[in-house]
Amino acid sequence: MTGSETAVPWLTILALLPVVGAVVVLLVPKGSALPKLVALGFSVVALVVTVAMAVQFDADGGFQFVEQYNWIESFGAHYAVGLDGLGLVLVLLTAILTPVVILASWHDADGGRWSANSFFGWILALEALSIGVFAATDVFLFYVLFEATLIPIYFLIGGFGGPQRSYAAVKFLLYSLFGGLLMLASVVGLYVVSAGNEGGSSYLLEDLMATDIGTSTGRWLFLGFFIAFAVKAPMWPVHTWLPDAASEATSGTSVLLVSVLDKIGTFGMMRFCLNIFPEASRWATPVVITLAVISVIYGALLAIGQQDMRRLIAYTSVSHFGFIVLGIFAMTSQGQSGAALYMFNHGLSTAALFLVTGFLISRRGSKMIDDYGGVEKVAPVLAGTFLLAGLSSLSLPGLSPFVSEFLVLAGTFTVSIPAAVIATLGTVLAALYILYMYQRTMTGPVRPSTAKLPDLRAREVVALAPLLLLIVVLGFFPKPALDALNPTVDRLLQQVGMEDPQPTVASEEGGS
Amino acid sequence: MSLLYLIVGIPAISAAVLLLGGRLTDRWGHLLGALAPLASFVAGLVAFAQLAGGDDEALTQRLFTWIDVAGFHVDIGLLFDPLSAVFVLLITGVGSLIHIYSIGYMEHDERRRRFFGYLNLFVAAMLTLVLADDYLALFLGWEGVGLASYLLIGFWQYKVSAAVAAKKAFVVNRVGDLGMALAIMLMFATFGSTSFEGVAGGMGQASAATATALGLLLLLAACGKSAQVPLQSWLLDAMEGPTPVSALIHAATMVTAGVYLVTRSNFIYDQTETAQTAVVVVGLVTLLWGAVIGCAKDDIKKVLAGSTMSQIGYMMLAAGIGPAGYAFAIFHLLTHGFFKANLFLGAGSVMHGMNDEVDMRRYGALRSVMPVTFVTFALGYLAIIGFPGLAGFWSKDKIIEAAFGENVLIGVGAVAGAGITAFYMTRLMLMTFISQRRWAKEAHPHESPLVMTVPLIVLGALSVVGGALLLNGWIVDWLEPVVGREEHQDLPISATLITVSVLVVVLAGVAAAVVMYGRDKVATRAPSRVSPFTKAARADLYGDAFNEAALMRPGQYLTRSLVYADNRGVDGAVNGLAAVVGGTSGRVRRWQSGFVRSYALSMLGGSALLLLAVVAVKLA
Amino acid sequence: MSATPFLILSALLFGVGAVGVLVRRNAIVVFMCVELMLNAANLAFVTFSRQHGNFDGQIAAFFVMVVAAAEVVVGLAIIMTIFRTRRSASVDDASLLKY
Repeated sequence: MTGSETAVPWLTILALLPVVGAVVVLLVPKGSALPKLVALGFSVVALVVTVAMAVQFDADGGFQFVEQYNWIESFGAHYAVGLDGLGLVLVLLTAILTPVVILASWHDADGGRWSANSFFGWILALEALSIGVFAATDVFLFYVLFEATLIPIYFLIGGFGGPQRSYAAVKFLLYSLFGGLLMLASVVGLYVVSAGNEGGSSYLLEDLMATDIGTSTGRWLFLGFFIAFAVKAPMWPVHTWLPDAASEATSGTSVLLVSVLDKIGTFGMMRFCLNIFPEASRWATPVVITLAVISVIYGALLAIGQQDMRRLIAYTSVSHFGFIVLGIFAMTSQGQSGAALYMFNHGLSTAALFLVTGFLISRRGSKMIDDYGGVEKVAPVLAGTFLLAGLSSLSLPGLSPFVSEFLVLAGTFTVSIPAAVIATLGTVLAALYILYMYQRTMTGPVRPSTAKLPDLRAREVVALAPLLLLIVVLGFFPKPALDALNPTVDRLLQQVGMEDPQPTVASEEGGS
Repeated sequence: MSLLYLIVGIPAISAAVLLLGGRLTDRWGHLLGALAPLASFVAGLVAFAQLAGGDDEALTQRLFTWIDVAGFHVDIGLLFDPLSAVFVLLITGVGSLIHIYSIGYMEHDERRRRFFGYLNLFVAAMLTLVLADDYLALFLGWEGVGLASYLLIGFWQYKVSAAVAAKKAFVVNRVGDLGMALAIMLMFATFGSTSFEGVAGGMGQASAATATALGLLLLLAACGKSAQVPLQSWLLDAMEGPTPVSALIHAATMVTAGVYLVTRSNFIYDQTETAQTAVVVVGLVTLLWGAVIGCAKDDIKKVLAGSTMSQIGYMMLAAGIGPAGYAFAIFHLLTHGFFKANLFLGAGSVMHGMNDEVDMRRYGALRSVMPVTFVTFALGYLAIIGFPGLAGFWSKDKIIEAAFGENVLIGVGAVAGAGITAFYMTRLMLMTFISQRRWAKEAHPHESPLVMTVPLIVLGALSVVGGALLLNGWIVDWLEPVVGREEHQDLPISATLITVSVLVVVLAGVAAAVVMYGRDKVATRAPSRVSPFTKAARADLYGDAFNEAALMRPGQYLTRSLVYADNRGVDGAVNGLAAVVGGTSGRVRRWQSGFVRSYALSMLGGSALLLLAVVAVKLA
Repeated sequence: MSATPFLILSALLFGVGAVGVLVRRNAIVVFMCVELMLNAANLAFVTFSRQHGNFDGQIAAFFVMVVAAAEVVVGLAIIMTIFRTRRSASVDDASLLKY
């Protein structure tokens, strides 16, 4: 938790940029391309700032870009932000995906309940809040931002999308609030627990990490946090809001929801559950691993049985989140580095998959797999990107998700062979759900209804290209990301008090 | 500075250019695509000369660090040792010929450029597979060839059957890859390393159970990729792909990757009798299985596919025997690569001339109209049945000999396989080139262009002289640094006797085929009243039926019931809770009747209750 | 002088008022009964005020009277309006404001 304060409050600037953008977007006249251009401009600037920060980032330097001010002194709440490797990677993911989503959703908001201005305004607001969530190093600040992210996404789902969007939005909100309230109880509990510290109660992460929380108290408080994050992630059996939300929202909203917002769940597990409640985390490990493995298999099986492409992708995410949680609670370096990298990679690959299917759906006007066939023949570029995105989702070696998935599995294998074996079965099912969908939509004879399907437009290719490029590059060269994550994971494992199991046989080469 | 990376790099870059370049590359794409493996072949030859001329055991090149997390460290490095060397030359050499052939074969396909892109992708992945010096890097190539195979089987994906076959191949391979992935995890957990060097170094201290587990898991992977029983079902369907693909991927190179894996992992198998026995059994079962299927098929490509399974079964069998067999497995793999590529390309040439007809019952008497194809095909035929002096004779003979050295029963099985091979190949030969013509009305068979026949001639020549690799035991000496050797094997009967008996059995097989198909008229439709034995063989010995009954149907049932349970159960519980809350509030709100007097009454009652409570508290 | 008789009278008046509110339908009568209850309370206030020898109760009684006067103004106006539109002064008829 060492870190230096920087002279320029880069993180605050980064988080405020989209806020300013959102306000400007709401002020410019409606019905033109101007709000979209403004939104795109602000999100690109935010991306540039993020990349600049990533370049300056020193992997071994602990929390960086730290800012800390008292906020509500009587609560011990601070405005405290800072980035470690994990936070940086996720902020980067947010900053990359926002312009991509804006570009990809160019016309998606035109027929919504409200003007396109509000759609892009909400997206920018969501970006700002997400950056804040990933940067917060104060539990109270995190909680407030965590709940605040519900507001933009609620309006994005409920305002723009399919016929059932209101139902989906309310369901999403109620699930999240349910989890959020449990977390609120735990947040209040933390106040009480930390009140015993000299210097009074504090919500700062570093103060809480140093606080000795009693065993049973710690377990109860852990549960509050964990359930909130499990709903968010989402894990079996609290996953059913995701397919509805993803199916009804526009593809851009689905991307932000699944690729960015859901990551808050797994991010929170790593950042808060493990750091603040190391004992309770170890205590919960067997149950969590079981739930994670169930999620992997259950999500995959349900994905195979879906008829609706968006629901299918949503269920694949349930499976992928199972892998991430499995990696986190394997409590090994490989598992956790893999899980952290998985968050980033899953963000990219699912975003690509949602966007391509979104392009497809917008052309034909149906989400049902059976309404398609032979698309490859008429729209080869669309089919090619679809296949590449799909292959990344099934973790083909050479594409980025493979590295993270294999790290998670290898890390799990060293501590629990059964969990690793069952989870590996998920990779076979992954091949089935992706290729079965590809076969039914893209191959076969051309249908009359798909015969006139236009191929991808330049704007759509430009939106997808960065994602696919990153997927391929990180597949062969994940080192920069892993180098940023490894020190964070090392510190985390130290805090939890776990060590990697040694190889049972020391080979002459050694672990090198 | 080693230029090993060029071997993989050239086809990889060519594939990227062809696939990303789009229509811009349509005009010259096939030329670039055919040049890439040739260039790679030249680079391979240079490296081979370096290896053969130098004192080093292997050429290596470390490219970059792939994954590095705590103890988990994987480098992408290239290892060009004697084993990799022969594979590189086989892949790029035969690959180049097949690329050249494809220029002619795919001439009328509007997506020819993409076809070459996929082929180059395959070559790059396959070379990654054989040049990797680490199991995880090998896995990269392993799944890469799986992807290329998927894309190429489904190349004509507007055909539903092709798309389904492609998916099936990928999914079945994934089941095998499960074994590979778990084996790599076990290696990491046991040795803390996944490199060949690290694993080989630690094998000495590993427990027998670990060695057996590793051996069996790798065998599972090999079964998937090499279409060995029980993961054999995808190979016959894979014949939906264009014929050059069948020749390159599903005969000469990719499907032999399983044999490569077992041979490469010799340091693991040498530690575990159980896994070795399993490899031998799988090989033996598959060699008979494939041969039996080959006897009953009328589709020329499916006969050859069954034959491929069977021949790879021989290789697996040899590899399972251990140091006495590894070199012969690779030897047979090489000769098989020559003659089977030759046979497939010959079949392609026939199909090219016959409007893509694949049913042998519509062929016949093609020898006069396709002389070059006929002669080269005949050379391949003689090689595969083990005609003395040709490539297949030497390699198969050595394997049968080694099988007898292992166990008489295995030897007898291998000899029987040779007899069946002779039968179905003679049947194929007779039905296609000899017997009477049974062409469809619109068929106008013609010889293929030079661009297709030249590769055939080269491969035909290789089928004849391929046995030269065994001169002075060259192949055994060459591979010794990698796989070791076992000089003396005790044979229950003399080697000469084995050779003679094999020849007799082969002759019997040929004779049987001649009797059945040589004299009588071959029906243009397959007879429907046949023995149960033939029926079973036609149905691929019920492999698919078993998969469908044991895996697919229960799986479909499971997913369907889970979807139902998720909607009704998990989601239903939540929605049910919401309904209960909603329903309760619906009841309770009825109390707001709108009658002022009833409100007044409840106010009175409430006040009275409060008063009572206060009094009760006061008194208590 | 004992306060008991006054309190008994107050309670009786309150009871009569309460029963009247509950059983009568005519809004005017209900209204008068409410007034009766208010005045019963006033009587109790004044009684206790005298007993304790201070003016607190009397002040409270004045407040109640002011509230009652205001209530009569508003209440009667509402009853008049309802009667004009619905030709009925029954409180049971005015039951639209419900679930």
